[in-house]
Amino acid sequence: MGIDLSLIWAVIIIFGVMMYVVMDGFDLGIGILFPFVRDRGERDLMMNTVAPVWDGNETWLVLGGAGLFAAFPMAYSVVLSALYLPIVLMLIGLIFRGVAFEFRFKAKLSRQHLWDKAFIGGSLAATFFQGVTLGAFIDGLAVENRVYVGGALDWLTPFSVFCGLALIVAYALLGCTWLIMKTEGRLQRQMHDLGSPLVWALLAVTGIVSLWTPLAHPAIAERWFSLPNLFWFLPVPLLVLLCTFALLRAIHRNAHYAPFVLTLALIFLGYSGLGISLWPHIIPPAVSIWDAAAPPQSQGFALVGALFIIPFILMYTAWSYYVFRGKVTPDQGYH
Amino acid sequence: MFGLDALELARIQFAFTVSFHIIFPAITIGLASYLAVLEGLWLKSGEEVYRDLYHFWSKIFAVNFGMGVVSGLVMAYQFGTNWSAFSDFAGAVTGPLLTYEVLTAFFLEAGFLGVMLFGWNRVGPGLHFLSTLMVALGTLLSTFWILASNSWMHTPQGYEILDGRVVPVDWLAVIFNPSFPYRLAHMATAAFLATAFFVGASAAWHLLRGRDTPPIRKMLSMAMWMALLVAPLQAFIGDLHGLDTLRHQPAKIAAVEGHWDNSSGEPTPLILVGWPDMAREETRFKVEIPYLGSLILTHSLDEQVPALKEFPPEDRPNSLVVFWSFRLMVALGLLMILTGVWSLWLRWRGRLYQTRPFLHLCLWMGPAGLLAILAGWFTTEVGRQPWVVYGLLRTADAVSGHGALQMGVTLALFVVVYCAIFGVGISYVLRLVRKGPVSAEGRLPSPGGPGQPRTPARPLSAPDEGLDESVASDALHGRN
Repeated sequence: MGIDLSLIWAVIIIFGVMMYVVMDGFDLGIGILFPFVRDRGERDLMMNTVAPVWDGNETWLVLGGAGLFAAFPMAYSVVLSALYLPIVLMLIGLIFRGVAFEFRFKAKLSRQHLWDKAFIGGSLAATFFQGVTLGAFIDGLAVENRVYVGGALDWLTPFSVFCGLALIVAYALLGCTWLIMKTEGRLQRQMHDLGSPLVWALLAVTGIVSLWTPLAHPAIAERWFSLPNLFWFLPVPLLVLLCTFALLRAIHRNAHYAPFVLTLALIFLGYSGLGISLWPHIIPPAVSIWDAAAPPQSQGFALVGALFIIPFILMYTAWSYYVFRGKVTPDQGYH
Repeated sequence: MFGLDALELARIQFAFTVSFHIIFPAITIGLASYLAVLEGLWLKSGEEVYRDLYHFWSKIFAVNFGMGVVSGLVMAYQFGTNWSAFSDFAGAVTGPLLTYEVLTAFFLEAGFLGVMLFGWNRVGPGLHFLSTLMVALGTLLSTFWILASNSWMHTPQGYEILDGRVVPVDWLAVIFNPSFPYRLAHMATAAFLATAFFVGASAAWHLLRGRDTPPIRKMLSMAMWMALLVAPLQAFIGDLHGLDTLRHQPAKIAAVEGHWDNSSGEPTPLILVGWPDMAREETRFKVEIPYLGSLILTHSLDEQVPALKEFPPEDRPNSLVVFWSFRLMVALGLLMILTGVWSLWLRWRGRLYQTRPFLHLCLWMGPAGLLAILAGWFTTEVGRQPWVVYGLLRTADAVSGHGALQMGVTLALFVVVYCAIFGVGISYVLRLVRKGPVSAEGRLPSPGGPGQPRTPARPLSAPDEGLDESVASDALHGRN
């Protein structure tokens, strides 16, 4: 077998999920930061910074789900049924958030606060349960004969709840630095003041998750701390510290673009760390991408379409960000 | 939970979410093609009425499309969350087909939807028309993939079973399985008809309130030509689909007919109404016409239609449900044909736009197409039971191992959230309908661009009408 289709599909799905985390991350972050901004005009402005792009961001979530179904049906069936409740709650959060986004602009001013609450609640719920899902996934799922055999609430652990809270911090920082980049004046100053506390909070939760994970999972500790792995992977935590330092400096000197770029780098590093811990398992702790793979006929057939369409989606995404580049001011709207 | 077990709750949950979802794509498919026709007629004739109608319906199309995307998000995950054994068993076939559906939809959204909704004054008429055509084509391509996947579950072929799971061996055979062409034609036509009756009801509503304008008349006229020509065509396609089902899923036909016993050797009557009783193995209180069942289904006067008792009890679909859902669909179809014929008579007499009883009928027939679609899907899906992949995997073996409490709670959540969210969405669509077409809308500059207060860029931002009756946001925008 010349081409490892499972490997190609794993790369596509890992890429898709990363695109999702990065892109939906900052627009969910806007919803998380909403309670910190009381002024109606500034809330409008916050939404307008993501309005042209937010629905495209969720494209990657659907694509990730469909790709997982096509290429790794066993992982799709086990992971989704094991994490049933957090995933359903996440989807409901996303529905609320999405619809509130649109109808807030169409509602009477007297009713706008209801849609604001739906937007905040939906964003928080979607983020929290994404984090819980991730935490439960890292903890591993009980699988026998290709079927999930754990309980309905196995996902609910201190670690998964902590991951949910950690992701809220991460997305809040993404949203905060996005707004520093996209706005000016009072809103930008407010975000600027929120920036440093959020960076410290993110450093703290990242540190705790990074220690908790290997302590709870000897296999992951082995992956990181055995030689020579340690030397290969050491750059990841070092770069995290470096980026955090640079990020604090950038916020301190009032940079507009650097904070967002450095936060993206931090998210990417965290994601890489996760990849290092789990690879090549698509259902931790024991099922690899090759164990869960669809037959090559299926992976190959779906790959033809994916390789044809994904470049178009990427080009369109880049183009829409390019069109709406620059600062958003109060007299512009994309609703 | 209410005496229902986890399997029943999982089935109800899927039926609920997919029934809510299908309304939006059905109207999306129909409106996309309607918009393509309107724009083509505008470019060809230059009559303003077509342009006004294009702008009116494109806003409704946009909101509807947005609702479809949101409700579809749940569907993309539900196979894994609720039907994990099915996903593992048949994912090698279903997964790639659904992936193609998703990719097609995104390709369409990425490439052409933006130009179609927001590019009227920004690109040339030729390019804009091309975009509308591509969007219409895209909705039909999405239909193609989703129905290929569904039809394969009814009439699977082109696969082998390896280690207890499906492996595709011939993709052309998988996609073009025996029931696929009929199902695709039946569903696409149903979407067109449902849209036509929705458009017709909108026109009737305005006419009944005395808003007798050329665009409103044109809406009713076009909708009634569709009813006259396409409703009978749909009956013909439905007949072919039924004959195909008789070949491949005889138990479904027996259940639809409420026909239990062939031991007498007599030709099969057609039961008009009755109460199929699964426990008693008979259809009670029935009113039947002799020979007609044989005539319709075998096109002969002596051949028998399959009877339910020929199948073991554990292989029989619930006759009570499909018997009545099928009759509801057929009755609605006959009403549609009747509406079309009446419209021709009134058109000939020159009273199409003034006859109030007829306009009232059109108004009430507004949801008829959507109801018929739901009734039809209930017939075919309940009729496939007890199988999820016909003859290969039973529904009871396909479900995830969740408890009844868990399924009940999530079902309640979905019901509450869907009714709230899509209730608002649907009422917003109806509000847009009530506002009616605005003349010369297409001549106004498109909103947005440098120095403009508002640049719409997503489907749901295409209309800027407010959500509530006294509309503050419109006043804010200085419109209306």
